[in-house]
Amino acid sequence: MITVRTAPCPVCEATVNIPADAMQNELIACADCGSELEIINLNPIELDLAPDVEEDWGE
Amino acid sequence: MRVAILLTHIRPEEKLLITAFEARGITPDVILDRDFNFDLLGDATQPAPSGVAWGEYDLVLERCISTSRGLYALSILNQWGVHTLNSYHTASICGDKVQTTLALARADVPQPRARVAFDEAHALDAIEELGYPAVLKPAIGSWGRLVARMNDRDSAEALLEHRQVLGDYNYHTYYVQEFVHKPSRDIRAFVVGNQTICAIYRTSPHWITNTARGGQASNCPVTPELNDLCVSAARAVGGGILAMDVFETPDGGLVINEINHTMEFKNSSAPTGVNIADEVVAYALSTITEGAFA
Repeated sequence: MITVRTAPCPVCEATVNIPADAMQNELIACADCGSELEIINLNPIELDLAPDVEEDWGE
Repeated sequence: MRVAILLTHIRPEEKLLITAFEARGITPDVILDRDFNFDLLGDATQPAPSGVAWGEYDLVLERCISTSRGLYALSILNQWGVHTLNSYHTASICGDKVQTTLALARADVPQPRARVAFDEAHALDAIEELGYPAVLKPAIGSWGRLVARMNDRDSAEALLEHRQVLGDYNYHTYYVQEFVHKPSRDIRAFVVGNQTICAIYRTSPHWITNTARGGQASNCPVTPELNDLCVSAARAVGGGILAMDVFETPDGGLVINEINHTMEFKNSSAPTGVNIADEVVAYALSTITEGAFA
């Protein structure tokens, strides 16, 4: 049986599904409120709001 | 072999790169730029946030979204003799549109005409010397942020006044570029080492065609002309892993618009059929084994 990992969205408390291949510090979006989140811990799963975009961000 | 990857957080590109390293049996140490704490009077024997001495890394791949953090890290690491991709030399040129223009001009690489001025009156002169429409860009910036097309003197004066009111001194460097009457698309070409590995058209009804701004990606064949231009441009800025923004001109030519040193490519592998992450990793590892870096 496949266990889907989840964690509560720190913004709206909706349940966020964590992909099986998720990496620590990966960005993920909350499907309910659209907030951009960062996976700050994989075991146990912890989510936090991703840092705001700064003026020097880019490619 | 020890590899570190510097990043702000993991986006799809970094995930693809880490996976590509792992496919070659290498697990890179992920180092977050928020954890940097360099002893500037020290050397490469000091530990990275990973606990490994910086000097123990055979390669440090810089993938920070934060341009300032990435540049400082590259500057420090290169001074300590740590091999990085890209080099500080390359990144510092590509991170600044004025420096990029100068480097391309030195190497006679075709590009749009451009001027720089530092106050409103002279910026207006610069714009009118180029002629309308013209494009005002921050010298340092990405994703099309604050890039503005000026169709006439009224819009130029309004934009310059707004830029002057913005507090950050970076916005008081008025980098102005000739507007290129391109088709409703531009070209994003990916250069890895000495080869243009693939390219996409970015098509948009808007004159700004960045995929970050809604441009649609489709495959662009890499012609010998496109490859030659892009490789010349890459050499002009020091080489490495680079994404070229290329315009098609009304007379059928090609010009380099901008060069990006921490390229995004998640939307480009599918239309081109090229595994860009794997190409980047293969090249990065070759620079270790072949000593292809300065």
